Amino acid sequence: MLILSLDTSAIASAALLTGQGETLAAFATEDTRSHAEVLAPGIGKIMTTADVTGADIDAVVVGVGPGPFTGLRSGIATARSLAFAWGKPLHGVMSLDAIAVDAALDAWRAGVDEFVVATDARRKEVYWARYRSTGGRHELLDGPHVSAPSAVPDLPAYGMGAGLYPEQLRGVTEYSGTQPTAEALGRTAVAKLEKGLDLLDTSPLYLRESDAKVPGPRKRAL
Amino acid sequence: MNRTQPLVLGIESSCDETGVGIVRGDTLLANTVSSSMDEHVRFGGVIPEIASRAHLDAFIPTLEQALDTAGVTLDEVDALAVTSGPGLAGALMVGVCAAKALSLATGKPLYAINHLVAHVGVGVLDGGVLPENLGALLVSGGHTEILRVRSLTDDVELLGATIDDAAGEAYDKVARILGLGYPGGPVIDKLAREGDPKRIRFPRGLTQPKYMGSAEEPGPHRYDWSFSGLKTAVARCVEQFEAAGEPLPVADIAASFQEAVADVITAKAMLACTEHGISNLLLGGGVAANSRLRALTQERCDKHGISLRVPPVSLCTDNGAMVAALGAQVVMAGGQPSGIEFAPDSSMPVSSVHL
Ligand SMILES: [Zn+2]
Repeated sequence: MLILSLDTSAIASAALLTGQGETLAAFATEDTRSHAEVLAPGIGKIMTTADVTGADIDAVVVGVGPGPFTGLRSGIATARSLAFAWGKPLHGVMSLDAIAVDAALDAWRAGVDEFVVATDARRKEVYWARYRSTGGRHELLDGPHVSAPSAVPDLPAYGMGAGLYPEQLRGVTEYSGTQPTAEALGRTAVAKLEKGLDLLDTSPLYLRESDAKVPGPRKRAL
Repeated sequence: MNRTQPLVLGIESSCDETGVGIVRGDTLLANTVSSSMDEHVRFGGVIPEIASRAHLDAFIPTLEQALDTAGVTLDEVDALAVTSGPGLAGALMVGVCAAKALSLATGKPLYAINHLVAHVGVGVLDGGVLPENLGALLVSGGHTEILRVRSLTDDVELLGATIDDAAGEAYDKVARILGLGYPGGPVIDKLAREGDPKRIRFPRGLTQPKYMGSAEEPGPHRYDWSFSGLKTAVARCVEQFEAAGEPLPVADIAASFQEAVADVITAKAMLACTEHGISNLLLGGGVAANSRLRALTQERCDKHGISLRVPPVSLCTDNGAMVAALGAQVVMAGGQPSGIEFAPDSSMPVSSVHL
């Protein structure tokens, strides 16, 4: 099996992985605001590096958030269009799982059962989810949610969201700058696909409504 | 690449219409549009985030339907074209990402196209090659411009534009003041037919001498429009009737407002045409459907000996066929593809026909 994995829930990233979870090639940006420019060229480059064509790919997997709206859509629009043009299956994965997959192993080694993953939701909030580590494997217990950092359960916290709010979250230092990546997302996806388990569809997990307000009635002169 | 009669697929997502169009040269094969207009009704205007979400949901179904209607496959397409600006940033992003992905997946060249020039380029689908000495008057909910088009594919100049609201936006705001709902254009147009357009004299923005100057020494806004003052004038007028306890003459206000819009748009467009040797005018954009604007443009073009071309309404409102049509013109003119590294540009100038 060969999958192309994408995630734009925070940074933009892409990876090609085998069914064993081995990464053939990967790319990731630092910044969180240029997805529309860099994503397609980045995918092109890793396909060249790995000497892979669309015909070789068995499935396209994409992080469906939560994440800032515009960036998140870049990845999903890209994944849907690639899968359509190649005629390949398309799957979604909750983006926080991409941090949880490594966090679960770290938590298990540290003897911790439950933990949270948190990323930057901007506007002084975090996207977060609560997980259990079962022998180093992550299991989603609650979430994803978006809220003030103070509303996150008091558990060891992994990811950039913990790094941003050290006063409110019990951050695990080595993971305080960790963002979801397509490479980690792809590892959780192939593990499930190899077992024949279902993934998500690619509906975006916005978690927030648009800011639009219905205008009130016009004030009359009298 | 086939540069004679190329098969081009065009993608549009700059505002609230998700469009995919397919042309072969200047022949229209498919023009599929999915609109999120209904979702904006309760807000009284286009909400960018709602439009962007709708683009993501609509894109693949719209693409599939367009391919189906045209009876072609992605493999057969010679080139892809996408609106890269101007427009709503988040909305443009969806179409651009999708277009880049299709280009990457199929290896087809991608052209990043200017939305406003595409409103002109669509003219070739209805009547073939556009005439020389061409001008374009574009009026919609998102834009109001007068352009000089020396070459559709590489020489377009902005002569004038609105400095605040687009004309279609003014219709929406006035419709809200009059309690007529959204979108404002069709309902005001209909109501105006029963009203007296001379009952109230609403202001024509930017027409004072200090803005106009003369042909020799043009003022700062000789060919520009402003509609925000007009909207305010309508609100004041409504308040006066209410304060006097009189019933609101809605049809007369609608007709008078519509007359002010059509009058100032066409007056300034005629000035721009006659002072720039423009003898052929194309009227485009969604507000080209407005009966009074069409009639007055025709009347004044006739008076000045200017030929007028108005594409069918389905090609005037935002759509993917216009993007495909301009893309095909660029391909036929030997234009270089844009690659897949460009950024969408929400304020892309008309002088940039393609990236
Ligand atoms: Zn338009």
